[in-house]
Amino acid sequence: MNRGDLIALSPFIMLSITIIVIMLAISLRRSHLLTVILTLSGLALTLASISGALCTVPRDVTLLIRIDNSALFFLGLIVIGTFAIAALSFSYFEGRSGEREEFYLLLLLATLGAMVLTAATHFASLFLGIELLSVSLYALIAYHRHSLRSTEAGVKYLILAAASSAVLLFGMALIYAETGSMTFTHIASRIGVSGTYGLPLTAGLAMVLAGLGFKLAVVPFHLWTPDVYEGAPAPITAFVATISKGAVFAVLLRIFTSIDIHERPALLLIMSVVAMASMFVGNLLALQQNNIKRILAYSSISHLGYLLVTLLASGPLAIAAAAFYLVAYFITTIGAFGVVSMVSGKDRDADRREDYQGLAWRRPWLAAVFCAMLFSLAGIPLTAGFVGKFYVVGAGAESSLWPLVVVLVINSAIGLFYYLRIIAALFERTEGQAAQTAAPVTRLGNAVLACLTILLIWLGVYPGPMIEIINKMTHF
Amino acid sequence: MILLLLIIIPLIGGLAAWLSDGKNNTLPRWIALGTLMLDLVLVLLLWKEHAAAVSLLPDTWLVEIQHAWIPQLGISFHLALDGLSLILVSLTIFLGILSVLCSWTEISERVGSFHLNLLFILAGILGVFLSLDLFLFYFFWELMLVPMYFLINLWGHENRVYASYKFFIFTQAGGLLMLLSILGLYFIHGKSTGFYTFDYPLLLGTAMSPSASLWLMLGFFIAFAVKLPMLPFQPWLPDAHTEAPTAGSVILAGLLLKTGAYGLLRFVLPLFPDAVHMVAPIVMGLAVAGIVYGAVLAFSQTDLKRLVAYTSVSHMGFVLLGIFAGTTVALSGAVILIVAHGVTTGALFMLVGMIQERIHTRDLGSMGGFWTTAPRLSSMGLLFVLASLGLPGTANFIGEFLVLLGAFPVNSTMTVIGALGLVLSAVYSLRIAQRVFHGTTRADIRMPDLSVRETGMMAIMIIAVLWIGLFPQTILDTAKPVLNELECCSNHGEPISAKGGGQ
Repeated sequence: MNRGDLIALSPFIMLSITIIVIMLAISLRRSHLLTVILTLSGLALTLASISGALCTVPRDVTLLIRIDNSALFFLGLIVIGTFAIAALSFSYFEGRSGEREEFYLLLLLATLGAMVLTAATHFASLFLGIELLSVSLYALIAYHRHSLRSTEAGVKYLILAAASSAVLLFGMALIYAETGSMTFTHIASRIGVSGTYGLPLTAGLAMVLAGLGFKLAVVPFHLWTPDVYEGAPAPITAFVATISKGAVFAVLLRIFTSIDIHERPALLLIMSVVAMASMFVGNLLALQQNNIKRILAYSSISHLGYLLVTLLASGPLAIAAAAFYLVAYFITTIGAFGVVSMVSGKDRDADRREDYQGLAWRRPWLAAVFCAMLFSLAGIPLTAGFVGKFYVVGAGAESSLWPLVVVLVINSAIGLFYYLRIIAALFERTEGQAAQTAAPVTRLGNAVLACLTILLIWLGVYPGPMIEIINKMTHF
Repeated sequence: MILLLLIIIPLIGGLAAWLSDGKNNTLPRWIALGTLMLDLVLVLLLWKEHAAAVSLLPDTWLVEIQHAWIPQLGISFHLALDGLSLILVSLTIFLGILSVLCSWTEISERVGSFHLNLLFILAGILGVFLSLDLFLFYFFWELMLVPMYFLINLWGHENRVYASYKFFIFTQAGGLLMLLSILGLYFIHGKSTGFYTFDYPLLLGTAMSPSASLWLMLGFFIAFAVKLPMLPFQPWLPDAHTEAPTAGSVILAGLLLKTGAYGLLRFVLPLFPDAVHMVAPIVMGLAVAGIVYGAVLAFSQTDLKRLVAYTSVSHMGFVLLGIFAGTTVALSGAVILIVAHGVTTGALFMLVGMIQERIHTRDLGSMGGFWTTAPRLSSMGLLFVLASLGLPGTANFIGEFLVLLGAFPVNSTMTVIGALGLVLSAVYSLRIAQRVFHGTTRADIRMPDLSVRETGMMAIMIIAVLWIGLFPQTILDTAKPVLNELECCSNHGEPISAKGGGQ
């Protein structure tokens, strides 16, 4: 461990220091504002240290972690995403009673787990990251201890995530037994060499994919999603939908770039079926819902399905498309749940349709942001979602994955229906004021939403610079 | 630069109208009107500068700008104008001004955001008519849908929510198919030349297998056929037209449908000449079916606005017939009809809007005898009804006549059946005249005559209809160079060459 290693690891170190400082600060004096200030400045410092780490890449720090451009790209994305979520959480919790400070502690711990995942090259670091992320999330999802739904969601997530971790572990064990190695590159080369491989290895790979698929909430591992999304506090829902999924997707991207999927027809077939099923199931079930958080949950399932298309495409566009889509998805999803948390009242989250009816006339600014986010989810021009979808369809077309691309297009049309329904509700003329749950609108939350909206439109209108960054950063 | 201004001015005007809302209900209207007048001045400048040149220089774009936009993907901001776009851009601004005028008293709620949406639609449509980069084209194509959705959803009539969904999903689904085709073309061209681009002039004449050409053509074609609309893709149209506010109907019928026709002329015919040749008989059959279907359904409506909506299906059938017949005469007819239908149907929708504003219903059963109480409205209305049935001297006559003349040598059977549509159009048109303007006056209905503003609007429309009907040569000359090239490609099956740079 020399100086270069330390610089490469500085984002992790910086975030860990922040966590310890916050822990000490809470034990000395409980103050919501102070905790948030510490959290945000810690995240800002972490972001700054990422740019410091840029000059040391690529660098293998022990067997477990490899800091390269793409790892730093996803690290940056995760840190910025957490920054936005933490700022929105301040607005969300400010009006509520109870202990609010530990929330940020857990949030940063979960972020640390996600950060480890983006740089993991070894089963040990992969598992460490996943557990750090999951265990923090158990507590975060059930953070409203007195709410029945929140507790239910927490328990559900606990049981299913623990089970999926067990499956993941067992899969790792099988692969280790067959290949004698736990590093990704080594395993990939071993799989690549032997043309046929035995049942234990196949089973092991399938189990690892199942474990990761659970985190991504792709069909058929999606069953926890709607309940957890509904029960968790809105900022945490945003976290589960973006940071947690984004980090696991980064791992998958790393694994899939080291093996040529088109030489593995069985794997290609399985992943294609998973992708198609995720798109269809997500969109069709979203149509049945009236609860806004559940609709967004199902829509996120289908978006992960779209994202999987880029994983299966092998052309030069594919990785850039994945990264761009992920960026757009982060902005959009955090923005959408940001609006949900700002609309939420003191005692419950705003997830019913009635909470949003006529929002455009009551709180036009929030409704405009929500509208922009929903249009981006639907992939309408002027938003980042449009360019993202264009990119994904392009990557699929480049690799001639026509069935997948056609399914994607059909699903975009289905998806429109429920996004439009929410938008129509926003503009409905309500007779008399609906039960108004006025949240304490704080400036911080509004500022974050404003930044996200500007980013959303900027990426939709002038994506050139972002594509440039992505092209530079995502060479594995 | 002037092309960019054409698009940007309505965008800025829309934002200004939106911001000016709240204090004063008329201010946004004046801002919108002023904005479009500014655009009108630009278009008149374009006419003045290029009217003489357009038929002399068939091989160049009159005005062209191109800037890198997303160079990593070969996407550029490429706008260009030729005779065909010039005609359609003028139509857009003309109908834009009239749709601002016709909502002057109809829209009283949230006037600012109404005009924001209205001007954004117009900017999107102008973008569609001017863009030469396929990505940019798709961008504008999708962009014009969103404000139109809001226009129907927020300011429409009783069943507006359903109609706005249907409109959005139909056109969006068509658009997504076009996206697939655009990407397919992009990769086929890129793989064969090693140069990846969305630039239309460079994509012309891309070598591809007949089956690839057919599939790509179908993607574009369905997107445009939904907009046009062609027969199996028309269910969105009656609902959207009926439920939209008057300005929305005018823009839908007058401009949005035309983007479909323009897409066929600009992209489908030149890019896939062989495939077009292959499907032309089928499409002509569907076009003729649309003519008859639209006319028969129009006759059986009791809602006046829905009736006018169905006549659009019938008229656009003629346009489609003309485009796929592919001779210069038929294509000229199609272009004339595009403009003529925009003006006459726009006027009829405005008329329906005025009647609805007065008697608060569109039901034919509760109308009648308007001639005695509102002679100005009725006489002007009669003129547009006659124009719609294709009376010689009016714009539609020239268009329909040229389409039939040009299509006859190509496919006489279809043309004969299509001509039947003219008879049917006389039936439904005269039914409007008889049920609305004649008959007994109902005592319970107060029907004031046209105001000065309304008379002025209708007078402008009448001048336009008669002018095109009596002197169609201006439009024919302007569109001729483009249409000549199109005829070459559709008859000989050879791709047309890329035009050289403009000024």
